[in-house]
Amino acid sequence: MSTEIVHRYEKGDEVARATYPITRESLVRYAGASGDFNAIHYRDDVAESVGLPGVLAHGMLTMGLAVQPVVDWVGDPARIGAYQVRFTRPVVVDPASGATIEVVAKIGTLDEDAGTARIDLTVTVDGQTVLGKAQVSVTLP
Amino acid sequence: MPVNPALTERAFPPTASYLVGREKVREFARAVFSTNPLNFSVEAAQAAGYADVVAPPTFAIVVQELTLAQLLAEEDAGIELTHVVHGEQRFDYVRPIVAGDELSAQLAVTGVKTLGGNAMVVAETSIRDAAGEHVVTAVSTLVVRGDA
Repeated sequence: MSTEIVHRYEKGDEVARATYPITRESLVRYAGASGDFNAIHYRDDVAESVGLPGVLAHGMLTMGLAVQPVVDWVGDPARIGAYQVRFTRPVVVDPASGATIEVVAKIGTLDEDAGTARIDLTVTVDGQTVLGKAQVSVTLP
Repeated sequence: MPVNPALTERAFPPTASYLVGREKVREFARAVFSTNPLNFSVEAAQAAGYADVVAPPTFAIVVQELTLAQLLAEEDAGIELTHVVHGEQRFDYVRPIVAGDELSAQLAVTGVKTLGGNAMVVAETSIRDAAGEHVVTAVSTLVVRGDA
């Protein structure tokens, strides 16, 4: 009798990775698509007047793009059971150079029997984490 | 005006129905840097068993926004938009949103908690389709700064 257990995945495995260079145009595009026209996302004068370090990316834009590599990895969007983030650090988008968002998705917890996993996202700009507790519950492909 | 703790007992009416348009799904998908064919191609979506193009996971925020507008419009809520910061967001999905869905959203404030002068307001929005079937629950935690 074989006692071999074949694990397809292990905790800590990297399952997806992506890099997103975003610009002011990305923010205007997201504002239009989402209907969130808060001026701190495209006007330097308004951002400055409320004491921000600069124009910020919408938190929901960062959250929205960070899950895309996981959707592509699992294949069927119906495999995404839940998705949550904390907005821990604002993403300042420079008018000339923009900002680059790096996303790394790893297996956080794994239930091979149920075929499910919690995917932990590390989302950084210039090496600093911008989303906290960014977790996606998935049915494994 | 501090955030009104009685918001947790308030019943909010469901929003008018929101018809999810195919081009809106494509526009939102482009905005979140999706290149997934299911978000853009009707043929690809139908081959995968969906009626039409599939919305990205965070699209539900567009519908939840209608309920957050209801919350901000409450005269006695004590929530000034200029003092609101998005603290956390969560989605619990029953199924993905697909173009053609007619969605309605109902808000419940499930928590109001003060913390060092700021208030945390948890806004839980249940989103249902035209048949009344549950599609997704979207939960926003709003941090309301108490410094003005």
